[in-house]
Amino acid sequence: MREISLHIIDIAENGIAADADLITIRISESPAENLLKIHVKDNGRGIPGEMIEKVTDPFFTTRKTRRVGLGLSLFKEAAERCGGEFGITSPEGTGTEISASFMLDHIDLAPMGDLAGSITCLVMGNPGVDFVYTHEYNERSFTIDTREIKRELDGFPVNTPEVLRFITDMIRTSLKELKEI
Amino acid sequence: MAKLTIEDLKRLRDETKKKTVLREGGATVNITVHMGTCGIAAGAREVMEVLLDEMSLTDRLDIHVTNSGCMGMCSSEPNVTVEIKGQAPVVYQHVDRNRMRQIFKRHVLMGEVQTDFALARIQ
Repeated sequence: MREISLHIIDIAENGIAADADLITIRISESPAENLLKIHVKDNGRGIPGEMIEKVTDPFFTTRKTRRVGLGLSLFKEAAERCGGEFGITSPEGTGTEISASFMLDHIDLAPMGDLAGSITCLVMGNPGVDFVYTHEYNERSFTIDTREIKRELDGFPVNTPEVLRFITDMIRTSLKELKEI
Repeated sequence: MAKLTIEDLKRLRDETKKKTVLREGGATVNITVHMGTCGIAAGAREVMEVLLDEMSLTDRLDIHVTNSGCMGMCSSEPNVTVEIKGQAPVVYQHVDRNRMRQIFKRHVLMGEVQTDFALARIQ
């Protein structure tokens, strides 16, 4: 994957494929600690205990359409390549939480990429799913919660171009403000 | 750019409601962007961005865009399936920004299947 944000789409789509209706994405950047942490949590059906150790094997998949399952293995590889760690927990019946850490100044760290476009892409393609995206930078943070947006929309579809543009702009503006000194 | 607020969102909702009348009967065109790992790595997000642009330019409210997983044809990703009500779905392959624009303008809006980059028609 050429961007970290593409991994995030991929992991979120895994949760949606597992019947999740709430995806929580938390990104923490701490230049002081030289650390980037990414957590993606879903409330889907989870991963059975006997499978959890196999999910980062690129030649393991539960799908019948093809014989490889590259998403989690690529994410794990990206984290470990950048001096970080990868973790996955899936307590029975409570969904799955995936976490990865990266050294921020590692030469192999892929660019974060278009986070605003990535979150919008997830909302556009999955209007029935709720997304809570939190971005922390040092001590500051912001959260975009589609449940709150949908409440304000009062039944008006969240996946109309106007609303999707609003979400993109909101994330871009918040990200810019987050990193301003 | 000033920070957007929930009040902006409410205003946007009311303005958009005034401009559009929701059509009865739901979707008549379904566009599915296949977003497995292979599709995402090959450029499916950019395809979604083009769809958002094109949807902004049309007043058609019967066109629905959804994501789905890998359909097993990883080497032809990004794949996009266009299904017009009453017609067999058409799967397009190696869809990039330009191809998606063409598919939207010619197939989705005008009904002309773009055979140059169609992978299959699902019967």
